[in-house]
Amino acid sequence: MADLETPAPVADEVVVPGGPVAGGGRGEFGVEARSQWRMVTRRFLRHRLAMASLVVLVLVILLSLVGGRVWKYDYTQITPEFSTGPSWGHPMGTDGPGHDTFAQVLRGAQKSVQIMLLVALFSTGIGVLIGAVAGYYRGKVDAVLMRAIDLLLTIPTLAILAVLSNKVRQSGSWFGIALIIAALVWTTIARIVRAEVLSVREKEFVEAARAAGANDWRIITRHLLPNVVGSIIVAATLTMAAAILIETTLSYLGLGIRVPDTSLGLLVSDGQSSAQTRPWLFYFPGLFIIIIVLCVNFIGDGLRDAFDPKQTRVRA
Amino acid sequence: MLPFIVRRLLVSIPLLAVSSFLVFVLVANSGDPLQDLRVNPRIAPATIKAKERELHLDQPVITRYGIWVKDVVRGDFGTDNHGSSVRPQLWRALQVTLRLVVVALMVAVVVAVLVGVVSAIRQYSLFDYSSTFAAFLFFSLPVFWLAALLKEFAAIRVNNLFGRQLVFTIGQQSPDFHGGFFARLGDMAGHTVLPALTLILISFAQYSRYTRSSMLDVMSSDYVRTARAKGITSRRVIFNHALRNAMIPLATIVALDFGAVIGGAVVTEKVFGWHGMGTMLITGVTQFDVNLVQAWLMVTAVVVVLFNLLADIAYAYLDPRIRLG
Repeated sequence: MADLETPAPVADEVVVPGGPVAGGGRGEFGVEARSQWRMVTRRFLRHRLAMASLVVLVLVILLSLVGGRVWKYDYTQITPEFSTGPSWGHPMGTDGPGHDTFAQVLRGAQKSVQIMLLVALFSTGIGVLIGAVAGYYRGKVDAVLMRAIDLLLTIPTLAILAVLSNKVRQSGSWFGIALIIAALVWTTIARIVRAEVLSVREKEFVEAARAAGANDWRIITRHLLPNVVGSIIVAATLTMAAAILIETTLSYLGLGIRVPDTSLGLLVSDGQSSAQTRPWLFYFPGLFIIIIVLCVNFIGDGLRDAFDPKQTRVRA
Repeated sequence: MLPFIVRRLLVSIPLLAVSSFLVFVLVANSGDPLQDLRVNPRIAPATIKAKERELHLDQPVITRYGIWVKDVVRGDFGTDNHGSSVRPQLWRALQVTLRLVVVALMVAVVVAVLVGVVSAIRQYSLFDYSSTFAAFLFFSLPVFWLAALLKEFAAIRVNNLFGRQLVFTIGQQSPDFHGGFFARLGDMAGHTVLPALTLILISFAQYSRYTRSSMLDVMSSDYVRTARAKGITSRRVIFNHALRNAMIPLATIVALDFGAVIGGAVVTEKVFGWHGMGTMLITGVTQFDVNLVQAWLMVTAVVVVLFNLLADIAYAYLDPRIRLG
């Protein structure tokens, strides 16, 4: 019944034949025409929890990317006040040797956020490319690519990550770790894109495009991908949550970022050993991870609702 | 049905072969298992040479893989780097992990179904909002943080509250335990509570979301409306008509999950010092112990294959419209 109550997004665009399309134009019924994108944006903007999460996430990301440079202590700096609890001078306290925990958390968050963003970028890129190719060409190409994904999924994620990061961590770079995580999580996005492309490629407008002489590349990039962009964005968002959890877990297990540098997972692991006497060392890095992941998940949820054409709760 | 099962099992054999080869090559090239011996000046080069020969390290990786395959086909998983047989270790680890995982998954499913159903029926109620928030929160918790939180803080509070050690934080059972059968059972339970709780909270989050959304789907379907129109009581509509169908996707997901989780709740085991499959994997990987990792891989891969198959069969059984082809 939902489709009777709210006009489907397509119907709105049909109202303005040849008129000033999409945006502020008024159709013959005197109703403002809304493009698909504007409807999605409006729905997302009205999703209060998702918007709040977006604001918090942006703040946290900014804080983690530039905060370390602005904050009065460096993460390697040893201050005379060692082992003190949270105070005005050290909002998150200090550890045994006297490092300022806030500075360390900022540094850890910076690494974790960098990895998260890079993983989202790479895995979405690879996933969309492979998924679109597999879905569009079907047949042998599809079979080969999908079997490759199956193979990748039978090999336990942690085994690959652990083995490869043994290699990478000698160089200890966050870049390498991000690449490894990305090389593993793209399969989810590839599967989603493939499934959607498989159905969209059968639509009439694809046939029309082909009749008009569009080549494969143009059909994929101009006609197919714009139609699955909603799912891609949602999947990419949720990939970020997965990425940061994988990275912090690896670092916690001692297989990720290593000692001269630091990461939120590593900080939790260090803090745990002195959790009885200096609990703040354990709480704060963990809290940072939770805030980031929680925000990303809420945003993903809001985006999913915003892109869902059957959505009726938040009226556009 | 039978041809389908046979075909699926046959298809998975080359998959297993390829993935075992890839993992073998990966682990074999990841590092030198004799590193510690080499840096020790008091160990003679001849000893190291002998050790190399014993572990077949002097041969190319392909040959080593061949040796491994020949042994495995006969049911022999070889020895680890320290020379002790892998098979008994594997069974012990599997038992430990099974105990944890079975308990945790069962509780998680029951709680998640209850919560999911109630929040679907009372959609947008206070209960729905709070259970949704709880699910999101647990979903976003890093497992190691939750586990460490329970271990370092909750355990002590609980033990202080009861005035004696009820919950244990290290190991799967007390190493030097003397007592009868029931006392032993109690000891095991005390060790299992916290790690199981960790797994329960995390999987509960996922399952309750699935239950809720599939229950919502079913509740708005035509046959539920028909059932209501016929005058069937709410309770019967919910439990006999709706819930049965809503369980179908959940059954699949739990089956798939079980396959994945047998590989070890790696982090949970690590935090609570359990010697299960997860710990075995970490040991194998960090000590470049090929045979340990391979044994782990074989068991988990077979379990994953079997449970994926089981998920498909369950799906077809629960929903007769689906035909296995």
